[in-house]
Amino acid sequence: MTTASAGQSLSGPERASQHSDQDRKIVRPYGDTTGDGRVQLSFTLPVPYGTSEQRARAEGAALQLAAKMGMDPAMVVHAKGMGPDFTFFIVYGRVAHLVDLSEVIVAEREFPLLPAAEINLRIRSALGRKLVVVGACIGTDAHTVGIDAILNVKGHAGEKGLEYYREMRIVNLGAQVAVPDLVARARAEQADAVLVSQVVTQRDAHLNNTREMAAAFRAAGPPQPLLVVGGPRFAPGTEAGLGVDKIFGKGTGPGEVASYLAHALAPASAKAAAPPGLTSDEGARREGGASKRPEHELNSTAGAGGSGGR
Amino acid sequence: MTADALNPGPAASLLGLDPAMVTQARELARRAGQPIVELARTHTTVSVERAVLRLAGLDGADDEGMPWVNLLAEAVRESAGLEHGIALPAWDALLTGGYPSLPALAAAAAAGTVKFRIPEGRDAAAATGAARAALAAGFARIDARRAERDAMISATGDPPKPWIYLIVATGDIYEDIPQAQAAAREGADVIAVIRSTGQSLLDYVPEGATREGYAGTYATRENFRLMRAALDETSRELGRYVRLTNYASGLCMPEIAALAGLERLDMMLNDCMYGIIFRDINPRRTFIDQRFSRQVHARAGIIINTGEDNYLTTADAVDAAHTVVVSQLLNEFFAREAGLPDGQIGLGHAFEINPDVPDSFLLELAHAQLVRELFPDAPLKYMPPTKHMTGNVFAGYLLDAFFNLAGVMTGQSILLIGMMTEGIHTPFLADRDLALENVNYVRRAAGGLAGSFRPEPGGFIARRAQEVLGEAVGLLSRIGDEGLLTAIGRGTFGVTRRPADGGRGLDGVIARAPGYFNPATEIMDTGTEGPGEAR
Repeated sequence: MTTASAGQSLSGPERASQHSDQDRKIVRPYGDTTGDGRVQLSFTLPVPYGTSEQRARAEGAALQLAAKMGMDPAMVVHAKGMGPDFTFFIVYGRVAHLVDLSEVIVAEREFPLLPAAEINLRIRSALGRKLVVVGACIGTDAHTVGIDAILNVKGHAGEKGLEYYREMRIVNLGAQVAVPDLVARARAEQADAVLVSQVVTQRDAHLNNTREMAAAFRAAGPPQPLLVVGGPRFAPGTEAGLGVDKIFGKGTGPGEVASYLAHALAPASAKAAAPPGLTSDEGARREGGASKRPEHELNSTAGAGGSGGR
Repeated sequence: MTADALNPGPAASLLGLDPAMVTQARELARRAGQPIVELARTHTTVSVERAVLRLAGLDGADDEGMPWVNLLAEAVRESAGLEHGIALPAWDALLTGGYPSLPALAAAAAAGTVKFRIPEGRDAAAATGAARAALAAGFARIDARRAERDAMISATGDPPKPWIYLIVATGDIYEDIPQAQAAAREGADVIAVIRSTGQSLLDYVPEGATREGYAGTYATRENFRLMRAALDETSRELGRYVRLTNYASGLCMPEIAALAGLERLDMMLNDCMYGIIFRDINPRRTFIDQRFSRQVHARAGIIINTGEDNYLTTADAVDAAHTVVVSQLLNEFFAREAGLPDGQIGLGHAFEINPDVPDSFLLELAHAQLVRELFPDAPLKYMPPTKHMTGNVFAGYLLDAFFNLAGVMTGQSILLIGMMTEGIHTPFLADRDLALENVNYVRRAAGGLAGSFRPEPGGFIARRAQEVLGEAVGLLSRIGDEGLLTAIGRGTFGVTRRPADGGRGLDGVIARAPGYFNPATEIMDTGTEGPGEAR
């Protein structure tokens, strides 16, 4: 938005709207000029693209969709028939929509990322015993790569998994665990936390399985372990609807999960706070970790029906 | 060395690989694999025994959908045990109990009304003879299917390599069929029907046409038949034989191999370690099942596809490049031992190096050319980038183009087509069309580049290939010393540790008793009759 005040010449009405937009932190898509609202879009319509009459009709259909989506004017820059029944379009155009930055809500992480040494220390101080984590893929989901990347000592992308944490005891039940078995095992192990990985999303399997699990733990009564689910297609902020304590999405590494477990189950007390400088090589390793490759994404291709399972 | 590179004979290495080191690598793979072969020769599994019944023609299931082969095998295991194989007690009961057919016997066995025994003397001879006749008929059906494939290829034409490999996976076979036919019309030479994700851990093969699957469609005999028939129709329409692929993996690997042979599938995913590493199936179970499966594939003329590309989804593609080569050498040893000729050993590898790494394309070329030279007659299956597809579809499309270029430059045989929306969603119709546009451009523009690709002798690519081969030899040597099962238990492959007694399916492993009889392996071990020999 500094461009307008920097004195770039805009036409009268544009300039006026820019100023008022700026006051309200309003922005529009940027093509090559501030406020031009230009966007690109590609999609397929189930219409033929054979004869010249069909082509004209198909492009008209594409423009109608673009107009209804708020693109005005819109231009079909590419159209290609795919087989006898479908046409692929690339459309460029201008949208009239305004984005009010003051209305954007960002979910902030409610816990700090901690080095492994500090997590271990906090568990020792707060619990006086090992923190027990039971992990599984439930339902028909056989994609253990994600849960393995979080739990196995090897971890992922140089970030050690939860087995690496001395003060955690990890029970990895593997793939296709039935919910009643998971509940029974979690109780037998006196689990503090249950970690469930759900990659397959067909027919909302990940949501249904998660709800089923949460209901089963509730039905089993106390003590209730912390319920944590992870997978590439969970929407953030849907914990309450699914009946779980925490959802981790795409891009989560073991360090973030461990930090959350420490935050939720072993809150810091004054005496437990790690002295500065304690962060040894364990801590150093965390640094790039949080932004490293997502563990669930590894196998999300199969879950999404891509080239996975190959 | 320089002279060789200037005048490469048919066997000369563009990479300056030391033939002695290549020989040593194969010898070390044999040393590492031989104890596993012994394990497979002295054990059987519930699924191997069920596959014998399937080859003998036992199909169908009870009212609850549990296959008759499972019910019969369980009944035999409970009363007579499976240590002697299922054939002796099953055909003995069939003959002495007066059952009209195997399904009738299975139904009675499931109802608990059959007492199985290990027959002796004249009864044993009768059971053996009847079982041999039933299996001979089963293999005759597989041989006929193979001849049928050869005839179809002659009639419709065999596409030139690299074959374009595309995936369909709707969960509903009746949705898969039009999608597969559309993909073939758009240029796919090979159609793979991804399996429902739950299937690898099912200890039975579902029955009938299925319309419900998760992230894929169940592998069933009827689904195989429906899809093959549809692709036959499309092959005739296109004048090009379109191959069909599925998965002989998981707990029912031997049975699915048998069904694939009976329904003329053309290629099957069949890796020696994939199920162990990525599905946590017991290593012993996997290796025993795998040997039988590969014998069936050899007989049926099915090309196996191995899964080394998967290691690079958990391990780093540069650091772990040699583990891919080690696995390929092991897969080749096991495959050849089971009777597969090189032309049916579709070893896998992948283009998965982080594009931020300097010279990443040169490294990819080095790895791809190394595999091409190590396995000159294998129909190599080259897999596109997945790990570094970020959601930036534009960058992803470029990366896929580089993958396609590496594929044609190094003469890969089967290219799985990369989708720019990899990792985002099930590919849209347009994603697939754009992917085909990408590969078709690269083939048209650079299809002849392999003939002119001459890495500089002693240059970066040649040195990298030699380095990877050297590391592979070193690792194979260690594996030979400690044993393959121990190496797997220590996380050598895919950085995942799988102990020999862990994972699913170990309870289905049975040591063979003296006098063990398996009419299927008997035929396949001698395996010289039938068209299987010709190749």
